[in-house]
Amino acid sequence: MIEVRHLTKSFDDKTVLHDVDATFYTGKTNLIIGQSGSGKTVLMKSLVGLLRPEEGQILFDGRDLLTMKRDEIASLRKEIGMLFQGSALFDSETVLGNVLFPLKMFTDMSRAEQRERAMFCLERVNLVGAENKYPAEISGGMQKRVAIARAIALNPRYLFCDEPNSGLDPKTSILIDELLSDITHEYGITTVINTHDMNSVLGIGENIIFINKGYREWVGDMSQIYTTSNEALNDFVFATRLFQEVREYVAEHGTIDKRRP
Amino acid sequence: MILTTSLATFGRYCLFMKRVFTIPDRWSEFGRRTIAEVSKLGIDSIPLVLIISVFIGAVIAIQMQLNIASPLIPAYSVGLATRDIVLLEFSNSILCLILAGKVGSNIASEIGTMRVTEQIDALEIMGINSANYLVLPKIIAFVCFMPVLVILCMGTSLVGGYGVAVFTDLITVSKYVYGLQALFQEWYVWYALIKSLFFAFIIASTSSFYGYYVHGGALEVGKASTDSVVSSSVFILLFDVILTKLLLQ
Repeated sequence: MIEVRHLTKSFDDKTVLHDVDATFYTGKTNLIIGQSGSGKTVLMKSLVGLLRPEEGQILFDGRDLLTMKRDEIASLRKEIGMLFQGSALFDSETVLGNVLFPLKMFTDMSRAEQRERAMFCLERVNLVGAENKYPAEISGGMQKRVAIARAIALNPRYLFCDEPNSGLDPKTSILIDELLSDITHEYGITTVINTHDMNSVLGIGENIIFINKGYREWVGDMSQIYTTSNEALNDFVFATRLFQEVREYVAEHGTIDKRRP
Repeated sequence: MILTTSLATFGRYCLFMKRVFTIPDRWSEFGRRTIAEVSKLGIDSIPLVLIISVFIGAVIAIQMQLNIASPLIPAYSVGLATRDIVLLEFSNSILCLILAGKVGSNIASEIGTMRVTEQIDALEIMGINSANYLVLPKIIAFVCFMPVLVILCMGTSLVGGYGVAVFTDLITVSKYVYGLQALFQEWYVWYALIKSLFFAFIIASTSSFYGYYVHGGALEVGKASTDSVVSSSVFILLFDVILTKLLLQ
């Protein structure tokens, strides 16, 4: 579990996060949602230690990131996997090389064991057969899946995903969402996903934190979002005609059976 | 204003170097990357060095012949002057200015692209010292391989001058070869090699610094690449003066 307490982050004289409180649960897909410029990326970067907030606490199962020493942070980072918006695959390495990378750097496994583990991860994301290709030779969706395989190679306790659906078609987006959700439940990972994809919000949002203008404005899950009275959240989630109709349908019928074709 | 900005940049460069010169996380990975960088930064530069050297060597020989043509100056002076110009300045300073363009822009754009595509962030989040992991192999590889490029440059330039003697009637081959051997000072070769080590460090570290701190997108990567070449060139010229004063007097 990751707990954020009274987090405040500013750039020069502009405060981007105002006293944000949030809890990200183990074994759940935790979503941070909000409009562009709302501060959700700053929150995500603060969580992984790429930005240092001025005030507050970030507790990784009780361990405060902001008071840790350098070696403690290095140790914590080995428990973190991250999926970047642009995948951030190493261009000079093959797909297999990318997944092998953390195994080479942080384990004492033999080469055969490393390869076996990397192939297992690639199999888990349905990418067997692409291991010898370079990132430039595969599609955006495949790149995301390679990044997921790399992120889970070391069995992380915490998985952070920054806009995992950006630049993907709806069908591939759903595949990535389902994959992240499955991995979260299968391995009991604390997964934090930063998104403004409404399919993700309504499909895998088990714990949703809505950030608006730097403030944490709403917390709930995907079922509660249909009936929320929060005006900013309603404007954000149900901005399109399609989602407005979905909300009306839910109001009328109570739920959507996602399994129905 | 310029002074404070320059001091701030120099301070950041020093802090960056402090991060670069730490013990690598994995020696095997460091070795693998260093060998790859020797190939990319060093061996891949050999064709450029050879082409430039042979032509510049020929041009120096022709110009020496045309400019010092006098009954009072012995004919072998063409070979002697060509040799000393190549050893003292061309094979190290001028060569490194050229390599600052090729290698420097390569390093800055590679690391800059890694920065803007979040590959450096990915390394940091994994708990890897990205400055050390990316930059140290480049500096070690380039500094270690630079003497090879300098020796190749010296040899090829003199061969270029030799070509002038063979294929034109400006100077005889025997006079040119005699000039190459006359009044030879071994220290000039060491002087060139010592200077080139400093210049190699300047090119690799300055370019890495500019690439590492890129913010933005493709435009900024291009700007960082240009800035790295300009800064490397200025520092090469500055250290050329300092080292010449220290090593030759």
